[in-house]
Amino acid sequence: MIRVTLPPHLRTLAQVDGEVKIEIEGEVTQRSVLDAIESRYPMLRGTIREHVTRKRRAFVRFFACGEDLSHESPDAPLPDAVVTGTEPFMIVGAIAGG
Amino acid sequence: MSAVRVLVGTRKGAFILTSDGKRERWDISGPHFAGWEIYHLKGSSIDPNRVYASQTSSWFGQVIQRSDDGGKTWHQPGTPPGEPTTAPDGTPKGESNKFVYDTSSETGKPLTTHQWYDGTPHPWEFKRVWHLEPSLIDPDTVYAGVEDAALFRSSDGGQTWKELAGLRGHGSGNKWAPGAGGMCLHTILLDPSNQARMFIAISSAGAFRTDDGGKTWQPINRGLHSLYIPDPSAEIGHCVHRIAMHRSRPDVLFMQKHWDVMRSDDAGDSWHEISGNLPSDFGFVVDVHAHEPNTIYVVPIKSDGEHFPPDGKLRVYRSRTGGNEWQALTKGLPQSDCYVNVLRDAMAVDSLDKCGVYFGTTGGQVYASADAGDNWAPIVRDLPAVVSVEVQTLP
Repeated sequence: MIRVTLPPHLRTLAQVDGEVKIEIEGEVTQRSVLDAIESRYPMLRGTIREHVTRKRRAFVRFFACGEDLSHESPDAPLPDAVVTGTEPFMIVGAIAGG
Repeated sequence: MSAVRVLVGTRKGAFILTSDGKRERWDISGPHFAGWEIYHLKGSSIDPNRVYASQTSSWFGQVIQRSDDGGKTWHQPGTPPGEPTTAPDGTPKGESNKFVYDTSSETGKPLTTHQWYDGTPHPWEFKRVWHLEPSLIDPDTVYAGVEDAALFRSSDGGQTWKELAGLRGHGSGNKWAPGAGGMCLHTILLDPSNQARMFIAISSAGAFRTDDGGKTWQPINRGLHSLYIPDPSAEIGHCVHRIAMHRSRPDVLFMQKHWDVMRSDDAGDSWHEISGNLPSDFGFVVDVHAHEPNTIYVVPIKSDGEHFPPDGKLRVYRSRTGGNEWQALTKGLPQSDCYVNVLRDAMAVDSLDKCGVYFGTTGGQVYASADAGDNWAPIVRDLPAVVSVEVQTLP
């Protein structure tokens, strides 16, 4: 079970409270986690990754286990602690603007 | 008894203001979509309960919201949560926040760049929906004007969007350039007497018209004169801020340009200036009285460098002669120390008798006049900066 935290605005869009829990078959990567999130919550398509390029939106960041994973390859394996559900995969809106 | 519903988009959410036909007491609903920029909301003229909203964020991109009960509840009209995201044949189901430029060889001329601020080619990048214009004949059909400038249409209530690529591909698209606020398609006017005709405006490319339902387009900027571009009378490159028409006279158009208030009597084929005695002919909004096609309204702003009213006095100017002769409307509006702006989509009229006129400010006030502009009062004073105002007149 993978634990994912969404920023407050995306929790509102997805109509969820707290963490989201998903199951993933196969390798756990940024791409597989985001694919699973967007599949369950289609209203989030385009809000985390660009629709066409599938790249992370500029002001969205990915953290886990105290590390900034935003610039890691989307196909790189996520840390074991995320895979086992010990630590959440955090999708964060950058602190910018007013 | 008649009623009015004022749809207000702000930098931090949407607000819905309702009143009976007297327009004296108001109920305030909101913020809807709190914390998001709501560039525009607009209701269908044939199904007033159908309202579309553009919810946008620099962080999370574009979201389209739809209400089918007059703004009480909202949903994204794409695939609902819990439903399969693909159809049985594997094709993706509705993605209401997906706006992709058409570059197909069949329907879109592959147009990959427009002009950047420094004159270099720059790729088209979707940023947000500035304006939503519901069809006059079908509540499920709605047009979207977007940044970077393009026109999209949905025929399924906002579930999916397809670009009308003939606009960008008509010939001048690679020369369009953004204004200070971005390269936005902000005005969409549908001709009520001719379903095939519509007008759009882009900052800072100019105005364009289609006479075949959006397949082909032509620039309609003859007569515009803009000193801030190399050729002041060029076919494109004019920073049009807003166009308005009266539904009974769709060949007559009124324009608030970056500088200059303009009028066309031939559906945009030619324009002439009607700024007349205005204290400044810079501004953003222009609108037309609901029952008097020759009565128009603007809010003069001091200059392009100083986006606030001249002399700190918030004045709506009304012309009852279709331009040139303007009267300041000040009763109920602040006449000292007022330094707000009124953005391009932030004025609207109702169709009650007497005609109501409404506008919102970057200071968060929404002002209303229930007597065609003679007297004004704030409906609300302390909203976030107002981006857009639309009005629905309800039976």
